Amino acid sequence: MIENRPILSFLSHLIMIVGVVLVAFPLWITFVAASHDEQRMTELPLPLLPGGHFFENLDIALNQGLWGGDGTGVGFMLFNSLIMALMISIGKIAISLLSAFAIVYFRFPFRMGFFWMIFVTLMLPVEVRILPTFEVVANLGMLNNYWGLSIPLIASATATFMFRQVFLTIPDELLEAARIDGAGPLRFFKDILLPMSQTNIAALFVIMFIFGWNQYLWPLLVTTDQDMFTIVMQIGKLLEGGEEAPQWHITMMTTLLAVIPPVIVVIFMQRLFVQGLTETEK
Amino acid sequence: MLKRVHFEPSVLPYLLVAPQIIVTVLFFLWPASQALYQSLIVEDAFGLSSEFVWFQNFEELFKDPLYWGSFQRTFVFSFLVAFLSMSLALILAVMADRVIKGSGIYRTLLIWPYAVAPAAAGALWFFIFDPTVGFIPYALQFFGYEWNHKLNGNEAMALVIFTASWKQIAYNFLFFLAGLQSIPKSLIEAAAIDGAGPTRRFWTIVFPLLSPTTFFLLVINVVYAFFETFGIIDAVTGGGPANATNILVFKVYNDGFVGLDLGGSAAQSVILMAIVIALTVVQFRFVEKKVAY
Repeated sequence: MIENRPILSFLSHLIMIVGVVLVAFPLWITFVAASHDEQRMTELPLPLLPGGHFFENLDIALNQGLWGGDGTGVGFMLFNSLIMALMISIGKIAISLLSAFAIVYFRFPFRMGFFWMIFVTLMLPVEVRILPTFEVVANLGMLNNYWGLSIPLIASATATFMFRQVFLTIPDELLEAARIDGAGPLRFFKDILLPMSQTNIAALFVIMFIFGWNQYLWPLLVTTDQDMFTIVMQIGKLLEGGEEAPQWHITMMTTLLAVIPPVIVVIFMQRLFVQGLTETEK
Repeated sequence: MLKRVHFEPSVLPYLLVAPQIIVTVLFFLWPASQALYQSLIVEDAFGLSSEFVWFQNFEELFKDPLYWGSFQRTFVFSFLVAFLSMSLALILAVMADRVIKGSGIYRTLLIWPYAVAPAAAGALWFFIFDPTVGFIPYALQFFGYEWNHKLNGNEAMALVIFTASWKQIAYNFLFFLAGLQSIPKSLIEAAAIDGAGPTRRFWTIVFPLLSPTTFFLLVINVVYAFFETFGIIDAVTGGGPANATNILVFKVYNDGFVGLDLGGSAAQSVILMAIVIALTVVQFRFVEKKVAY
């Protein structure tokens, strides 16, 4: 502490609290809306405190969906989102670990060529190549299944760079020792590199899980079959469909269901999350 | 780049990079080259014949006032999102850096919006601003103001800017806080001894020393506003009303996937690619080494 100015400290806390409340307000309102019945959600002004219909709404959202909709809840969409997020995050980590290992520990023709090919993916977000990527996926018969939802997104320059960075800090003596003991490349990878990059893998997993769960445009493109919808893309559809007769209590319950899993991951794995965020941006 | 000690040459490294390279070529490089190619041809309505037209698609695009409008809106949108979310985050980070007790709790309470999907963030704010039942329109009517972002383009733009900035505060806050904490305390103490008050110290010492972080965040925020806000636009306004929020990423999707204008959409893709490449170069050339976390 530089100086003791009680008024300034008080002011700092005050501003922080106002900030926290403003940032949290939308989520609080969503929770409140998800806990009232339809009747209450049409009366002005809307409630600021939670009501008693939370679990009833949860049941409707999960198992029945909107009234006047097609009667499908979003339970299976949560499951789809989970599978997609896991496939994307695990896939990204797996293939990036392997390619970083090859690039750092082997000398082979086209090594730098491969490195630059991976680098270029940084500059090609899905938004700039929507139609042709969709065509490729359609031609491979990957529409409306988990492969199509995840595989096209698992190439990762950031993850490859991060693992490259991690491997470069591992002392060469370890490799020499491993070779003297007769370990081959795969053995070295499995018994030394993997255990040594554990926290990096975990940190990356947190970031990539959130990335995967929050995908919106890509699932919108490759799924037409409702069975494969994800919870996040369903939000867009509910808002669109709710133009005439909005059922805010169900819409907001669905939003809450889409928001809670990744938020829980961030809050409970905060240290890993911060580490992952800062490592992947370098 | 390469270890001094490495394994014997064999076929193994090729097998190791294969999965990454296959995905990269199939889903990144090949589609990108297709977009380049399609931007130079015109197909008839049934996709039966195509004609090579050089830059005609681009010429048409640049003559189209709708496209220029979208360009302008994207810049206004990105600038305001970056400015709003960075300044709010900076204020909060400075305060968090000052308080000794509870800064960990504040941090936890501020970083979670990062995990909210853009489309879900859209839903949260859409509800608060809903013209019929939303809180803000309800409050505004007491001041005689009628909020309706479904009809008023400026209000729609304001809504998507609020949403996009809100989501990005968490990220900016984390990096600003880290930047602030890496500034040597001795500098600030020296200034305090010389009689500089908190405001003066901030503008003459802290803010200049923070500039690498600020510049890094500016690039990141612009990239975010350009490309990652698709979900917000699609969920909240659908590009409307009357194209008021039709930013470039939404337009390329809408023209290509919904409007099925192949050549025009491909040309837009190519321009977007050029923008990402430029931003990535800026990020790697000027930012990478100066930011310490």
